[in-house]
Amino acid sequence: MVEKQHQHIKLAENSIEKETTTINLGPTHPATHGIFQNIMEIDGERVLKTEMTVGYIHRAFEKIAERRPYSQVTTLTDRLNYCSAPINNMGWHMTVEKLVGLELPPRVDYLRVIVMELARIADHLICNSVIGVDTGALTPFTYVFQWRERIYDIFESICGSRLTTNMGRIGGFERNFTDETWKKIHDFMDTFPAVLKEFESLLTRNRIFMDRCIGAGPISAERALNWSFTGPNLRASGVDYDVRVAQPYSRYNEFDFKIPVGTTGDTYDRYLVRNIEMWESFSIIQQALEKLKGLDASVFHADAPEFYLPEKVDVYSKMEALIYHFKIVMGETDLPPGEVYHAVEGGNGELGYYLVSDGGRTPYRLHFRRPCFIYYQAFNEMVAGGLFSDAVVTLSSINVIAGELDA
Amino acid sequence: MISLETLQEKLKGAYEGLQLVDNRGMLECEIPADKNLDIVSYLHKELGFQFLTDITAVHYPEAQGRELCIVTHLHNLVENTRLRLKAYVPVAQPDTHSLTSVFSGANWMERETYDFFGINFIGHPDLRRILNVDEMDYFPMRKEYQMEDPTRLDKDDAMFGR
Repeated sequence: MVEKQHQHIKLAENSIEKETTTINLGPTHPATHGIFQNIMEIDGERVLKTEMTVGYIHRAFEKIAERRPYSQVTTLTDRLNYCSAPINNMGWHMTVEKLVGLELPPRVDYLRVIVMELARIADHLICNSVIGVDTGALTPFTYVFQWRERIYDIFESICGSRLTTNMGRIGGFERNFTDETWKKIHDFMDTFPAVLKEFESLLTRNRIFMDRCIGAGPISAERALNWSFTGPNLRASGVDYDVRVAQPYSRYNEFDFKIPVGTTGDTYDRYLVRNIEMWESFSIIQQALEKLKGLDASVFHADAPEFYLPEKVDVYSKMEALIYHFKIVMGETDLPPGEVYHAVEGGNGELGYYLVSDGGRTPYRLHFRRPCFIYYQAFNEMVAGGLFSDAVVTLSSINVIAGELDA
Repeated sequence: MISLETLQEKLKGAYEGLQLVDNRGMLECEIPADKNLDIVSYLHKELGFQFLTDITAVHYPEAQGRELCIVTHLHNLVENTRLRLKAYVPVAQPDTHSLTSVFSGANWMERETYDFFGINFIGHPDLRRILNVDEMDYFPMRKEYQMEDPTRLDKDDAMFGR
């Protein structure tokens, strides 16, 4: 049978019809996993061009922060990348500590490392399992979500909340880890490797998954650098830049871990990089637990009374404690003038805080360098010319979090 | 790390009058706003600052003639050195050059800076608002726009000297 020749559509002169189709992926499309819009020009199954529209959940955090005392800005950082809120919280505390010049005891840094790496695992678990969902494999997603819940249980027992954690204070933690917290952490550490291994065996060498992911949305190292990519998306294209190694904070230089890199920067490489990072995070937590042995278990914050709410019993009986309590609650602690830029390795890349202080009780200017916002602009370049179904898995594999996109 | 002296020497060879300072461990340099593209291109091509970390602005309403400060963070990944460039422009004519010809990633960073501060990036391919609504006719991160409604009487901050 002779195959019918493909007929180009001939449009009449002055027709309002077009040869290509415009479709809206978003703002509320299940494939976007967040509120942002892609106006796509498609020709059959091929994507010709994408125009990204963001700003649907812009909440003016930078403006709000200019009226908030430093301790109250933490709640704003929760809502940036809400899949790994504790990393944002710790990053903000470290920025203020850098401005003040506060040194932390080793135990506080190790506790922070444990919390941040747990958050990274939770972040990567969501991203990688959602790539599975978008390629048609729902089971791994429902399976690993239980362990993400267990991480949230750990957060809950540390600070009382699960998603938007507002964890820690400037100078340390609000309270020490309880025995229940430690039990939960050890339970998690005992069970998680088997889960991650099973997750990998469900997806990594799965024929359908590989066919859908390999070659989808690639970006070269040169282009990724030019687009200011950071985090797993940059490393998937072969650049070994990780803030934890390049500019270590929170004593990361004492830990032994590898930075996984990919080669082609496609969806499959991003998936693999995130998976290996979860193993590395797991090993970092193990090392941190080992380092904590032999340290004084009662230390959980630096000696910084001007930022740290005193014990209630002291507030009622001691003069200084009462003064500090009043100043902290009313937000009347002045910080030294100056400006700092501090970056941490967030779930999606370099999360930077540019803080300008004029010596007052609130930041004069605070800018968040949000990795999502910066790399999402390259989405058009990554998907143009590819298949529409590739665009969907690319979107989930670059892990665009709407909260971080819009600030 | 590139030391301050080395970088200062190399910058002097290319552009007169640039003064590097060390601001809490970060190299910092004030540059003229109309030369920013030349200087950034030179840093990018000759001195290995191949990574654009961030572009933003700060508003200092008291500084006559240099109210808006455009802050650019560059990063030399090989030498692991960060550099902060500051360019001051008057609020009446906030013009500077776009870095999009050197860094593709500057596109949305500059749109965001335009959106909130009204900096006019000459040569930008698509300088539109990005996070705020298109109909907005002011630049909300400038200091004259207060967070709280100034007519509210139930929030008296005078007692706390704010």
